[in-house]
Amino acid sequence: MEKTNYKQDINFTPELMARINELISHYPEGKQKSALLPVLHEVQDAHDNWLSLELQTKVAEILNIKPIEVFEVTTFYTMFNQKPIGKYMLEFCVTSCCAINKAENMMEYACEKLNVKPGQVTSDGMFSVVGVQCLGACGYAPMLQLGDFYHEHLTKEKIDSLIEDCRVGKIILHDK
Amino acid sequence: MGRKILLDKINIPGIKTYEVYRRNGGYASVEKALKMDPDAITEEVKTSGLRGRGGAGFPVGLKWSFIDKKSGNPRHLVCNADESEPGTFKDRYLMEYIPHLLIEGMIVSSFALGANLSYIYIRGEYMWVFKTLERAIKEAYAAGWLGKNIKGTGYDLDLHVHCGGGAYICGEETALIESLEGKRGNPRIKPPFPAVKGLWQNPTVVNNVESIASVPWIVLNSGEEYSKIGLGRSTGTKLFSVSGHVKKPGVYEIEMGMTVEEFMNSDEYCGGMIDDRPLKGLIPGGSSVPILPQHLIFKTANGEDRLMTYESLADGGFATGSSLGSGGFIVYNDTACIVRNTWNFSRFYHHESCGQCSPCREGTGWMEKVLWRIENGEGRIEDIDLLWDIQSKIEGNTICPLGDAAAWPVAAAIRHFRDEFEYHIRFPERIKNRDHFTNEPFEKVKHLLQKQSI
Repeated sequence: MEKTNYKQDINFTPELMARINELISHYPEGKQKSALLPVLHEVQDAHDNWLSLELQTKVAEILNIKPIEVFEVTTFYTMFNQKPIGKYMLEFCVTSCCAINKAENMMEYACEKLNVKPGQVTSDGMFSVVGVQCLGACGYAPMLQLGDFYHEHLTKEKIDSLIEDCRVGKIILHDK
Repeated sequence: MGRKILLDKINIPGIKTYEVYRRNGGYASVEKALKMDPDAITEEVKTSGLRGRGGAGFPVGLKWSFIDKKSGNPRHLVCNADESEPGTFKDRYLMEYIPHLLIEGMIVSSFALGANLSYIYIRGEYMWVFKTLERAIKEAYAAGWLGKNIKGTGYDLDLHVHCGGGAYICGEETALIESLEGKRGNPRIKPPFPAVKGLWQNPTVVNNVESIASVPWIVLNSGEEYSKIGLGRSTGTKLFSVSGHVKKPGVYEIEMGMTVEEFMNSDEYCGGMIDDRPLKGLIPGGSSVPILPQHLIFKTANGEDRLMTYESLADGGFATGSSLGSGGFIVYNDTACIVRNTWNFSRFYHHESCGQCSPCREGTGWMEKVLWRIENGEGRIEDIDLLWDIQSKIEGNTICPLGDAAAWPVAAAIRHFRDEFEYHIRFPERIKNRDHFTNEPFEKVKHLLQKQSI
């Protein structure tokens, strides 16, 4: 299968590097590979929420490990995106407890409203909608995740206002 | 039965912060523990009868006593906060609202194990809780509860929080350790057990959040006092995450031994069924444990009251019982479609299988496909036996318990709700084009099965 090589602007700011070094310092000397997952989260957050192959290779360089050690991790864990995603990715939990509370209907509503299919990005690059597995908010169903935060007890009205808030830039994705 | 030891302070305003937590008696157990003999703490935990709260229910004190202290290698305590079992969200509640309780428990437990470097492994999706814990840990460092020579006792402890990347399998302790080492979450073959060779091949204990959060109370009040709470071998209090068709979903702490009926119907807890619809099924311990049909929920097969204990929920084995598991209490009313729900769980396990063992990697996918065709009116009558055959070949044939966890819900659904599967297969036109989970109660159409149309 041919792999599309998506291009990405790479920018390791001094703040990002400082944070990466802080994370590496949490593990003993020589065990810096352990910092891989937390570092990937930070790097992804700072790069439009996805990780190109170049970016992953750069992370390997920083941690002094082989690029393949990064690739095998990013392809295993669902939170690392291998290609560009919408600026605002609405991740609906579709596992049982949410599903019996109409999570699937909520997700369909969001898809219709944004005119996308699950997994697709809107043509303006602003939104994508995906179904994900249990996020641990079963008692507050239906729910979705947007960036670092959960939005629970969803209704169609709540989805409307959430999308509106995204459009006017009122949503903060990451808690830094 | 209303005794609380984990959530007793949860309603104090500002309990999230170090100052308020400390002013309300926080970290007192650390002061006490650091003057104790570490092995004496392990003995107290053994006496308490505290059982692992992550799902397996293995005695915590016993697990601690297995840690290899002879080799002289550095030891580690790792807190399992990967909470990903569908139906479970209690650890998140604890960490989000009273993070210092977990940190206090981590210090005391690390001291008991002789660990000088410990980690809290939290699932990546709980990113805001990760940040909450990071801040709380900074506060604890600033107040001198972490770092070098804690409170002048000569004990050093570094504690950090580590985030995962979205993989259910990392809740399995050896997969969690692999993930903490920066690798794919593939479970390891045991033995060697983590207590001998765990994180970076060092002796390691992995405990659930709730287990560790119970330790400060045990240290302060003694293991014997703890063992008096609860019933029989189910000592102490337990957090239940309630979801599904009840009036008041949420996290509740109960003293073990309460009847399931009281827990379900009392206004203090679940508050009864939403819209007062009939109860159809209950999963008492997270998606992996068998579903109980209506007639086995409040009473066991022997006609005894079903209680909220490890023993009573498991009474009757998997034939007529279930398991307390992680305390993910999922309630279904008569509108829930068991076939769709089982498919939903199979999809989950297929998605989350790490792919190391073929019975699980392939079997979960086959179950998902077969269930999907039954759910969509394309099933064949032999599919039910096929499903049974697949699940029985996954169970017990994999490195880690994910395979069993995938097999049990399918087996239980067929065992208790076989007629619903038959209905889907024999009356495909009635189930096609339904709006997802919305359907007519099965009780209303069950009579159709009695007429022999084949």
